[in-house]
Amino acid sequence: MSVLLYTILSLCILGIVLAVLLYFVAQKFRVDEDPRIDTVEGMLPGANCGACGYPGCRGMADALVIQTDISALYCPVGGATTMKAVSEFLGKAAPEREPEVAVVRCAGSCGLRADGSGPVRARRNIFDGARSCAVEAATYSGETGCSFGCLGQGDCVSVCEFDAIRMNPATGLPEVDDERCTACAKCVKACPKSVIELRRKGPKSRRVYVSCINKDKGGPARKACDAACIGCGKCVKVCAFEAISLENNLAYIDPVKCRLCRKCVAECPTGAIIEVGFPAKKEI
Amino acid sequence: MLKSFPKGGIHPPENKLSAGAAIVTLPLPAQVVVPLSQHLGAPAVAEVAKGDKVVAGQQIAKPGGFVSATVHSPVSGTVTAVDALPNGSGIKTPSVTIAVEGDDWAPEIDRTPNLIPECRLTGSEVVTKIAAAGIVGMGGATFPTQVKLSPPPGKKAEILIINGVECEPYLTSDHRVMLERGAEVLVGTTLLARALGVEKTYIGIENNKPDAIENLRLVSAELSRHVAGIEIVPLKVQYPQGGEKQLIKAVTGREVPSCALPIDVGCVVQNVGTALAVYEAVQKNKPLIERVVTVTGKSIATPSNFLARIGTPVSALIEAAGGIRAEGPVKIIGGGPMMGRAMSNPDAPVTKGTSGILVVDGKDAARCTESDCIKCAACTTVCPMGLEPWLLSRLAQKQMWDEAEAGVIVDCIECGSCAYTCPARIPLLDWIRLGKTEVNKIIRARLNR
Repeated sequence: MSVLLYTILSLCILGIVLAVLLYFVAQKFRVDEDPRIDTVEGMLPGANCGACGYPGCRGMADALVIQTDISALYCPVGGATTMKAVSEFLGKAAPEREPEVAVVRCAGSCGLRADGSGPVRARRNIFDGARSCAVEAATYSGETGCSFGCLGQGDCVSVCEFDAIRMNPATGLPEVDDERCTACAKCVKACPKSVIELRRKGPKSRRVYVSCINKDKGGPARKACDAACIGCGKCVKVCAFEAISLENNLAYIDPVKCRLCRKCVAECPTGAIIEVGFPAKKEI
Repeated sequence: MLKSFPKGGIHPPENKLSAGAAIVTLPLPAQVVVPLSQHLGAPAVAEVAKGDKVVAGQQIAKPGGFVSATVHSPVSGTVTAVDALPNGSGIKTPSVTIAVEGDDWAPEIDRTPNLIPECRLTGSEVVTKIAAAGIVGMGGATFPTQVKLSPPPGKKAEILIINGVECEPYLTSDHRVMLERGAEVLVGTTLLARALGVEKTYIGIENNKPDAIENLRLVSAELSRHVAGIEIVPLKVQYPQGGEKQLIKAVTGREVPSCALPIDVGCVVQNVGTALAVYEAVQKNKPLIERVVTVTGKSIATPSNFLARIGTPVSALIEAAGGIRAEGPVKIIGGGPMMGRAMSNPDAPVTKGTSGILVVDGKDAARCTESDCIKCAACTTVCPMGLEPWLLSRLAQKQMWDEAEAGVIVDCIECGSCAYTCPARIPLLDWIRLGKTEVNKIIRARLNR
């Protein structure tokens, strides 16, 4: 009986001594953290995608609380509503940014067309290495005659944490879901060919852009792909707002200057300029 | 007991279909495309322009840096373009296109078949001549030879090893060179030994080429007055014995440390094709403008060995070998089946490093469907560099470059033994190559900083 008593007693004393010790250690090495960081972190979406430039939402919350001017910080996932709520809570000026969306600038479908005729961009060989755009891009120029366009192995799809980008099996090209895309730019970084660009989402998700990044001269570009920008410059001439520039045989539409008049869409001989989000034209 | 390297290695079916085919000189094509980057290092800088008349052996591009090589016109004719053209991988590289007119050679080139065994030049004069002839490692790595022959200060070569291993399945170009041009190879070897100032020279040959071993022994006995100090070493057949580090270990027993070069253990390795090119450059003033190329594979009508001018389209070689006899798509590989690269552009030219063209179809060409890694460690067992391919490939997939660097991914010699042996058919080498490129980029950026 006494053995039991001594054991319990000694353990209790040991426990009390260590508890007191731990209390003083905790006092001595206490880290004071601004309680607002926890609250701000709770307001952020919690995707930990890193689109803001910080390793996760905690890092972003930390920066939002500490920095006096938060105009350079922006959470594209949460968007304007989140940033407004956070800045109201912290009493700082809300950073504003035009909502953006990832845009795939390649229309070179490798699948058959709707009318059953051959593909827009025909495959000339078959890549049978590891299923990865990074590996394919490091190995050679690609399956088609175009050495600039989408390789179609889906590195962008596998990095997307929001399920916003999917491969269309019919065309072999990725498609972005505007509603889900948060413009975190992970796909932009993952694409070894730099096919994907972050662009202004535009009013009512309406956009006009050149869906091609082929810098070859007109002849070879057209030979490789029916939907290639051949650098003819017709769009540059027709644009009334000087929004289109032509460099290295490739047209680019400045989303800031573009007024969405869509004259260039009709003018483009290869259909490389694409309009998105506009209501369907009425049949005459 | 024959010598070999102790760690890892495999023995794929040899399939040396063209071993019995004598070297045939290929007729001149109508046009050649000479890439300015046929070597490792900086691309050469073109010295000709559109419309210029050139003769065979005339210099058309100068080295673009220390690690670079001179390029010569392989034919006589008119330069029709100096621009970027797709190479075998479809990637555009600066090239000189020449329309062939007749076959005039630069006057200083000795085109007679007479053997000239004696040489009165000093070592450094030999190196200068080699550099002027644009010679690169002809086993496939295409490292400029003059750089390899000029060890950095403080390091001294003691042993020269001539690589006659040809461990790649299918390829027979080195084999035929040793059989038909044995005397020239041996004289070239003595010239290389003189350039390096080494006493001891070995020629390593795998035991599946007994006729080549026999021939070189015979010729060296005949020429004993000129080619003293060359020992011919038969080696056990094992892939990748042709790798520099494996060959050094097999022949001398010395081990090149991780991330080090052969010169750090006093060794220099040169290919037999390089030895032949050195002979021709130094004794005959002939720059590197043609090479022996094996055209082989089960889909080739008559597997052959051709002496082809640099810049000849690969399709012309395939045509000369009787064309492709296969239904459905084929895989054209520049080099051997293990280390060669599949070509997407059959009109790409033969370059200084093209040791073979392999054409396969059907089952031989297809890759099997990959499944999950079962951690069986087969890849680790066969890796001749003692790496862990399964881990490195995972790290490359996850883009964990720091960890990949710690796993010494840069030591990988890309022999492909791991992918060959993997029971889950994982394309290990594809990923490791990607990782190696990325890690090398990171290391270079760190050094520059």
